[in-house]
Amino acid sequence: MAKDKALVELLYTLADDDFILAYRGSEWLGLAPHIEEDVAYSSINQDMMGHAAKYYQILEELGEGDADELSHLRSPDKFRNAVLLEEKNGEGTYLEQPNYDWAFAVVRNYFYSIHKKVRLESLRKSNYEPLSDAAKKISIELQYHLMHWETWFKQLMMSSDEAKRRMGEAVEHCWNEMDGIISLGPFADEMVEKGYVASEASMREKWLDHMKKTFEQIGAELPGELGMTKGNGRQGEHTEDLTQALKTLSEVYETNPAAGW
Amino acid sequence: MTGIESKQLVDSVYQVLQHVTDPEIDSVSIIDLGMIEHVEMSGSAATVSVLPTFTGCPALDIIQRDIVNAVIEVDGVEEVEVIFPSKPIWTTDRITDQGKEQLKEFGISPPPANHTPGEPWEIPCPYCGSLYTTMENLFGPTACRCILYCRSCKNPFEAMKPVANIGDE
Repeated sequence: MAKDKALVELLYTLADDDFILAYRGSEWLGLAPHIEEDVAYSSINQDMMGHAAKYYQILEELGEGDADELSHLRSPDKFRNAVLLEEKNGEGTYLEQPNYDWAFAVVRNYFYSIHKKVRLESLRKSNYEPLSDAAKKISIELQYHLMHWETWFKQLMMSSDEAKRRMGEAVEHCWNEMDGIISLGPFADEMVEKGYVASEASMREKWLDHMKKTFEQIGAELPGELGMTKGNGRQGEHTEDLTQALKTLSEVYETNPAAGW
Repeated sequence: MTGIESKQLVDSVYQVLQHVTDPEIDSVSIIDLGMIEHVEMSGSAATVSVLPTFTGCPALDIIQRDIVNAVIEVDGVEEVEVIFPSKPIWTTDRITDQGKEQLKEFGISPPPANHTPGEPWEIPCPYCGSLYTTMENLFGPTACRCILYCRSCKNPFEAMKPVANIGDE
């Protein structure tokens, strides 16, 4: 089979989005607001890492190379995740002074999960069978993530003044980068023409419909236009935050690729 | 090898698989959990198709190893391959009645028979059967479980998350 660039790029997009957000989520381990949240959030991250692994496995079957190497040894410019998903959790690191922002964690995960749902709905009907099979399995698991993040989102948006202020800031931040998640990158037209995935425009509309409903329910004002201010990860544009994340997460693998863990 | 001999080998493989368990729920065999989709013999080579419960389940490598170690002991089996097909999808209605009873013994409430994804579901306490229970955490010690509390007998317990196919919107 001749190399189908559009398909491969789409799979990297799907894999890298889940992979890098699961990594950022894992940095919260032991730091979440309470112990039940620690259990829940790490379970969600484990699921998301599993989803990424599934997509990397499909890439491996397409001849892109070993799944472990795809996740651990590619350089940052080869990653196709959206920039919003690679951003640090806040100031400090998980080892030193982790002044992480829980509002940002909730909003980023909620916005992403809604888009993931919209995207998976189209992938379930994808012309590429391994992808539609994977999407059917993953959507079942996502259902629980959505219930979780929607609860947090709505409760904090209607909570104390400080919570509302911080959530407002996180919403503005994520809203300004959301187009980077919705983007399908330079091969968008081909991906849609070949029936692999729905168009950006239709997915944006569905995502906004979900948001309108949610914001109405909690009596909050919907922000204006979506944006993408820090570059398009779908064409390899990334921030220093991705370089840092990849360096940290691949440290063990690079030390000894043969180690079992 | 005749068809009958091959059929007998498949039966023997199923018998040993009755003793292979999920390392995180070791009271229930993977057959009763509904994880075994298919066993096939080609001469002396066995192929076992296993359906993962959750995509990111870290126990899969261990289950795979345990299946190989168990099946290779069957007389007439020289090779074992474990595959994880991407369909059908594992759903909780694949758990057998015996599996559901054994889950209860382990302190895990089995999932409901019929469930619409996204909808609430009633979860009886595995110890006293009361429905006066509260969900403490939708997530639990493993991907497939959640944590609850029984207000009747005052025991914390776990339940398996219902997993059903989602229809198209």
